[in-house]
Amino acid sequence: MDLPQEQPLVVLDRVSKSFGAVAALTDVTLALAPGEAHALLGENGAGKSTLIKTLAGVHRPDSGRVLVDGAETRFSGPADARAAGIAVIYQEPMLFGDLSIAENVYTGRQPLKTGRRIDTKAMHAHTAALFDRLGVALDPVRPARGLSIADQQVVEIAKALSFDARVVVMDEPTAALSAREVDRLFDVVKVLRAQGTAVLFVSHRLDEVFALCQRATVLRDGKHVWDGALEGETPDGLVRRMVGRELSALFPKQDTTAGEVLLDVRRLTREGVFTDVSFQVRAGEIVGLSGLVGAGRSEVARAVFGIDSVDAGEVRVNGKALKLGSPTAAMASGIGFVPEDRRQQGLVVDASVERNVALASLGRLSRFGLLSRGAERRLAQDWAIKLSIKTARLGAPAATLSGGNQQKVVLAKWLSRRPSVLIVDEPTRGIDVGTKAEVHRLLSELAGEGVAVLMISSELPEVLGMADRVLVMHEGRLVDDIPRADATEERVALAAAGRPGVVS
Amino acid sequence: MTTVAPSRARRIADLVGRARELGIVVALALVIIPTAFVNPRFVEAQGIRDLLLNASVVAVLAAGQTLVVVTRNVDLSVGSTLGLSAFLTAQTFADHPDTPIVLGLLVGVGVGLVCGVVNGLLVAVGRVPSLVVTLGTLYVFRGVDFALAQGTQINASNLPDELLDLGNGRLFGVPVLVLITLAVVAAAALYLRSYRSGRDLYAIGSNPEAAVLAGIPVPRRVFTAFLLSGAVAGLAGALWVARYGTVDAAAGTGLELQVVAAVVVGGVAIFGGSGTVVGAALGALLLGTIASCLVVLRIPAFWQQAISGALLIGAITVDRLLALRLARELRGRSDHDA
Repeated sequence: MDLPQEQPLVVLDRVSKSFGAVAALTDVTLALAPGEAHALLGENGAGKSTLIKTLAGVHRPDSGRVLVDGAETRFSGPADARAAGIAVIYQEPMLFGDLSIAENVYTGRQPLKTGRRIDTKAMHAHTAALFDRLGVALDPVRPARGLSIADQQVVEIAKALSFDARVVVMDEPTAALSAREVDRLFDVVKVLRAQGTAVLFVSHRLDEVFALCQRATVLRDGKHVWDGALEGETPDGLVRRMVGRELSALFPKQDTTAGEVLLDVRRLTREGVFTDVSFQVRAGEIVGLSGLVGAGRSEVARAVFGIDSVDAGEVRVNGKALKLGSPTAAMASGIGFVPEDRRQQGLVVDASVERNVALASLGRLSRFGLLSRGAERRLAQDWAIKLSIKTARLGAPAATLSGGNQQKVVLAKWLSRRPSVLIVDEPTRGIDVGTKAEVHRLLSELAGEGVAVLMISSELPEVLGMADRVLVMHEGRLVDDIPRADATEERVALAAAGRPGVVS
Repeated sequence: MTTVAPSRARRIADLVGRARELGIVVALALVIIPTAFVNPRFVEAQGIRDLLLNASVVAVLAAGQTLVVVTRNVDLSVGSTLGLSAFLTAQTFADHPDTPIVLGLLVGVGVGLVCGVVNGLLVAVGRVPSLVVTLGTLYVFRGVDFALAQGTQINASNLPDELLDLGNGRLFGVPVLVLITLAVVAAAALYLRSYRSGRDLYAIGSNPEAAVLAGIPVPRRVFTAFLLSGAVAGLAGALWVARYGTVDAAAGTGLELQVVAAVVVGGVAIFGGSGTVVGAALGALLLGTIASCLVVLRIPAFWQQAISGALLIGAITVDRLLALRLARELRGRSDHDA
């Protein structure tokens, strides 16, 4: 590989890390030289987060070495990584809102005066000096509460400076920033580089990568696929390196003829989250909603289902206007919603399988306000057979099921209501391959029965294999609507990176 | 280096911080002035002394409670700890009349420390919610108190005069008990303001998850907070003996709710992260003063409870409104606010 001239500050040498059967990183090598800004690129799930957490001391690699200044090092926790001079700035920093900015910077390391008392004056002065070096005007005395994400990141950067971090990792720092804030962050990164700090910059925005970084490493499916200087590279070339995957033939989407419009979303806007989102889903159609994590996909789904309120726009189901902001109204109109996080949002994990299946149908299952356990059980048995839910008994807590079977329970809960519109958010995340195919077949059958399916997924092959049409969101806006015939990984990935319509 | 001019955000935060304590002082004036018109003796030296004396025990307990509440916990057992400590301290003096006063006070503090260790271990190591733990120990400590007392009462005649002097004597015209209270409040305030471990308590209450990531030893700090609260409650038990002279197993029953009320009225956020010991002590003074005023104004005692309760709800409402306002102000000008 193309190593930089100087002795690298930190090297990950052929590092591998697995979680259970899932290999998150396989033989990944990364070297960070002093004074360089290095981009880490890859699709969702390519292993970037795992790599960052390995650098941060949160994960310990299964194999491979971590070298700091050329010497092999083992991090037993985040404190060790910090002691080695590695600072990680997460997308949403964790600050103490009630404490002053200066205290946030110096938590547990406050300068002391006589009697081990905190020298508040010195602490404020040190913090002001750090902000001076960074060229930002923040008042060290004000409480951290209410700081914008950008300013919170600046506080984290100041913290990194305060313990002389030599490697600063920034995980999608610009995702929540305005253009002006991005400019300021870039100035800060330049200051850091001038001081000989290495910056590892994770971003999906390729224009920023080219503006800021000198070198890049591309990961795909947990493997290192390319690294080198960015000079002479093009954004499209990088995207091709990030994608470059074969489409598996796992996806049994039946061909259906789309019927009438069942879900009609018009100019939906939630300020600061998504803007002017309009699309339609027809009966018998599976529409994929693609885009990067944080582009606003799940938020649109939550708004359609009435969990989050919207600032403007309307939703029509079956031609009738839907009262927004009310999941009850959404359910009554025939929408079912399988949320992203099934353990937190999709299931009552401590309740039995049958209770979970019946949860959305309680009105139908009760008589005179009293719930009949027998009816609950019959419903659950029925759907357990239809979806082949594997469980020892229906009375077992949902938590005891495997991920795939849990997802089937969530699906059964909604399907038992016979929805006309089904929204599924990451339907196969964390599910083994076999069950995944079952879920896909099920979605396809539903569409065949005339249900309108809106499928949010971060997995491109899944979207391309299943969807009749692919909608792509980028930073809260719908940027592309691609029919199945034209949908390629490249086109979707480019649109998701904010470059719709670029076809080479 | 350049100094950044105090930002608007800082000024607002400062103002809100001070408004809380200032508000209590204003409320005190609003209560005291009309009462003074009805009965001028209320604001004579003796009247003021009585006000301070009445608030002392609750103020001491409130100082300890603040340490716990800023960590997003609560210690409901302080009334029972006080009762147990008061009885054991009194018994020590009754059985051994020659016991030096300081040693007797230390007995009280020791009893409180033991109670604090029990609470602290269950909360910090056992990871049981503090509300449940201290509700349980509220009954346990009181039960132990009753079992030890076996229906007996210890009277002033069984106690050494030096002890009673401590509770009722004066130094330069100020009651000794009030001076001790001031010392406890000052010590707790200094600890919370100027020591790393004290600041850690705020950090824990402000964002427990971030506290772990920042390397704060969260269980140890929470344990310490309960330990100190217990010790302070133990000391308050000994002071209780000195002040009232008569102790039975029921001493201090129900005091915990007065203490929590004082802390909340004093501006300590019940969900942790903010508030000061001085505020909590002022809250205790305000609640005590209202009680005294109502007596002077011949308002039935039932009303006193209703008014204290209304004040509590009012204080929480004001806090919430201020917090919302503050959050909005801070958000609006987070970027270039210098």
